[in-house]
Amino acid sequence: MSDHILRLDDVHTDIGQYQILHGISLNVPEGGVHVLLGRNGAGKTTTLRTIMGLWRARAGAITFHHHDISNLHTSDIARLGIAYVPENMGIFGGLTVAENMRLATHSDRFDAGRLDRIYDLFPAMKTFWDRPAWALSGGQKQMLAISRAIIEKRDLILIDEPTKGLAPAIIEAMIAAFREIAQDTTILLVEQNFHFASSLGDSVAVIDDGRISHHGDMADLVADADLQNRLLSLSMNA
Amino acid sequence: MTDLASNPPASRVTTGRVIVWTLAALIGLTLMFAPFLFTDVRSQQVAARICVFIVLAASYDLLIGYTGIVSFAHTMFFGLGAYGAAIALKAMGGGWAAIALGGAGGIAAAIVLAFLIGVLSLRVKAIFFAMVTLAAASVMMVLASQFSGLTGGEDGIVYTTPDLFKPATRLLVDADGGVIKLFGVSLNGKIAAYYFVFLISLALFWFLLRIVRSPLGTVLEAIRENEMRAEALGYRVVAYRTAVFIIAAIVAALAGLLWAVWLKYTGPDSVLSFDIMIDILLMVVIGGMGTMYGAVIGVALMSLAQYYLKDIMEVAASATANVPVLPQMLNPDRWLLWLGILFILLVYFFPAGIAGTLMKKGGQK
Repeated sequence: MSDHILRLDDVHTDIGQYQILHGISLNVPEGGVHVLLGRNGAGKTTTLRTIMGLWRARAGAITFHHHDISNLHTSDIARLGIAYVPENMGIFGGLTVAENMRLATHSDRFDAGRLDRIYDLFPAMKTFWDRPAWALSGGQKQMLAISRAIIEKRDLILIDEPTKGLAPAIIEAMIAAFREIAQDTTILLVEQNFHFASSLGDSVAVIDDGRISHHGDMADLVADADLQNRLLSLSMNA
Repeated sequence: MTDLASNPPASRVTTGRVIVWTLAALIGLTLMFAPFLFTDVRSQQVAARICVFIVLAASYDLLIGYTGIVSFAHTMFFGLGAYGAAIALKAMGGGWAAIALGGAGGIAAAIVLAFLIGVLSLRVKAIFFAMVTLAAASVMMVLASQFSGLTGGEDGIVYTTPDLFKPATRLLVDADGGVIKLFGVSLNGKIAAYYFVFLISLALFWFLLRIVRSPLGTVLEAIRENEMRAEALGYRVVAYRTAVFIIAAIVAALAGLLWAVWLKYTGPDSVLSFDIMIDILLMVVIGGMGTMYGAVIGVALMSLAQYYLKDIMEVAASATANVPVLPQMLNPDRWLLWLGILFILLVYFFPAGIAGTLMKKGGQK
């Protein structure tokens, strides 16, 4: 846990004429679940998309395993071992579950151990293996998106609001799944659901208006109601 | 490790898919035995055209249907293959070396042009790419007309093909030296020419099917659905789009070579015209984009309509001679109007094309 897997130094990102990130600096330790909290429009999703190269940082540096990835192409960043599960899940509706999974593997075979692990975490993936992805429910689509991120060894998984629109029972299943996944992979999680985030997070960074306003252990934030009230808007207290 | 093929998507068998496969198989079988089923020259010409255009339309489906690339330069690559073979056959005489050398030259030119257009233009928005390909195709048309010393200009080039394909060639002879007949059809050079076209077309269509059923085909479908998502999974979209553009160009050039060998004539109207581009676009749309088998159905249907609708209308007009108005409506001169009505009805009842709509229908088997 001593080393940082991902580091953002004074990252500025513009979308069109609007500046969204105003100098984000963030260290993500290796291992565990690290949460990026913030209200709507604070810049959480832009941070993840900037890490993936989907938005280009105007200034600042992003390093992954101490290598500068700021100017790399998105596909090269993905091949370095970073998986991205976007807010809209990013699945291919016209393809089957099997084809979606196949896309995330860069060899001609699935790792049987990883496939079994996915079946254990999300039995629906086995049931609907040959079904088109558009036919899955919202929760199953999220399961597919996460399964795709772990079908091969990744060092870091970026997950954007995985609980959005999901039923409480599925959220509980997700918490268990993320705990299991975090045993061998680092997770950077963007979330608004504080219950979900606090159940999982080892560390937390709060983002506000494109800047990091707090960074520390999740346990400290959970224990400090005043700090929660100060940092998090009412909408966060789900 | 678990083999990716152990859970093939092909298990999604529906009644609609069975109907499409059956239709495609029927068309394939008809083409396989066409010289014996239809002995007149015109029918064999239609059958050879269907073989070549299935390859041409299927390679276009790889672009527009599987990868979402809208190109108007497909006939340019078709023309490069045809002109390559035609120029060599004219210059070197009707030998196999001329076909090989001319074909290789046409394919090489198609690869270079496809690479340049792909690398320079596939990063831009789809509409700009379509415009670039339209411009490239127009330039090629002008060049084919202007360099008349090489291409024969507007008149095109007439040449001979290998002796094997001459109608006088006897493929099999009996004890008296007469040509052997099979089902009443003489086994001569015309049969050899037809099966040269048919077998190579079959091999090229099989090659395209292998591509779309391979992991590459899945990546292409993913790119068509959402480029950014494909990038985020580690796929360099521009590289894939350029590669598939080159593959489609090579297959189109090979189809052009086949057409040149069959016709023994190559001119701007036979291989480069914009009408052919519209035809293959309609064939793919009517057959069903992103299905591959749609190209088979679309080409067969459109070619039969283009060649035989006039004859059918003539018969219908004669049969209804005593009915008011109808004979005038069914006058063979109005065949284009009825062809248009046929297309509108097809698009209305099969919005995703014939194969596309049917494949979505029917329960799991």
